[in-house]
Amino acid sequence: MRDFVLKRMVALVLPFVTMLGLYVIFHGHLSPGGSFSGGIITGLSIIAFNLVFGTERGEEKISERLMALIESFGALWYGAMGLVGILRGASFLMNKGAGVPVGQPGSLYSGGLILLITLGVGLKVASTMVTLFLELMEEED
Amino acid sequence: MANKVAIVLLVCIGLVMLVAISELPLYGSPDTPAQNEVAERYVHGTLGDTGALNMVAAIVIDYRAYDTLIETTVLFTAVIAVFMVLKKGSTGKGEQG
Amino acid sequence: MSPNIADLLNVIFLTFLVVVAIAVSYVKDLIYAAILLGAYSVAIALIWLLMSAPDLAITEAAAGIGMTTLMIAVISKIGRKVE
Repeated sequence: MRDFVLKRMVALVLPFVTMLGLYVIFHGHLSPGGSFSGGIITGLSIIAFNLVFGTERGEEKISERLMALIESFGALWYGAMGLVGILRGASFLMNKGAGVPVGQPGSLYSGGLILLITLGVGLKVASTMVTLFLELMEEED
Repeated sequence: MANKVAIVLLVCIGLVMLVAISELPLYGSPDTPAQNEVAERYVHGTLGDTGALNMVAAIVIDYRAYDTLIETTVLFTAVIAVFMVLKKGSTGKGEQG
Repeated sequence: MSPNIADLLNVIFLTFLVVVAIAVSYVKDLIYAAILLGAYSVAIALIWLLMSAPDLAITEAAAGIGMTTLMIAVISKIGRKVE
């Protein structure tokens, strides 16, 4: 399974897949896509690395502890973004009504909290998929 | 015998579903019940309300933010459930139970 | 009403969907069943694209084709094999 051609091809393709996933996450408020699909694409690239090069080298790149940290703090990050609304005197999870600066529509920074929330949820989804997969792979052997 | 009963029941259910589908409005027709003032409000007000070009992201993360917040919690619960079933305990306490 | 290309593609994809869904229950090896489910997701993603819902198409392509196939393949290696 881990032959030369597969390793070279994956090494060529994987950076672009990871970039595509991060692009979909970061442009979730401008183009189709969003946190869930972008997170799954990013997670798939990490899973492919773990499958082809072995879990030991995957552990060197991104440790399981870092994954667990992102996984745990993703939902908390969403809640913290919701608290911004309360701190500015409006209701929970409020975006423009709470006076968060909404940039020029169409530029990368626009939509207020949407970009920050999408970033947090996307990284959380990626780490969730990778954690589930590694856990099932450990069970196999 | 049970096979024939199952086939007859499946055909009946399929007929009922086909009749129900034939009552649905056509795809993209302007007089569907979903084309009411709520959809108007979202289509015309999203850019001014949130400043995001992608309407779906604006609805999911701004208008329906509570929904997405609980959805991330569902993912968290899934990982915790897998850990509880599959993770081998390192402290040794969990193996006695 | 003249048939246009989108209707024709819709019929082709829906027929493919039904064929694949029936074929999944007939194959013996679980790996083949997982790959056929991936093909099913390809057809659904193309149908979403025809219905001008690119959001759903991207999510279906990533989650249905990639993640579900991988997860089912790994789980079917853990579990027993159908003889």
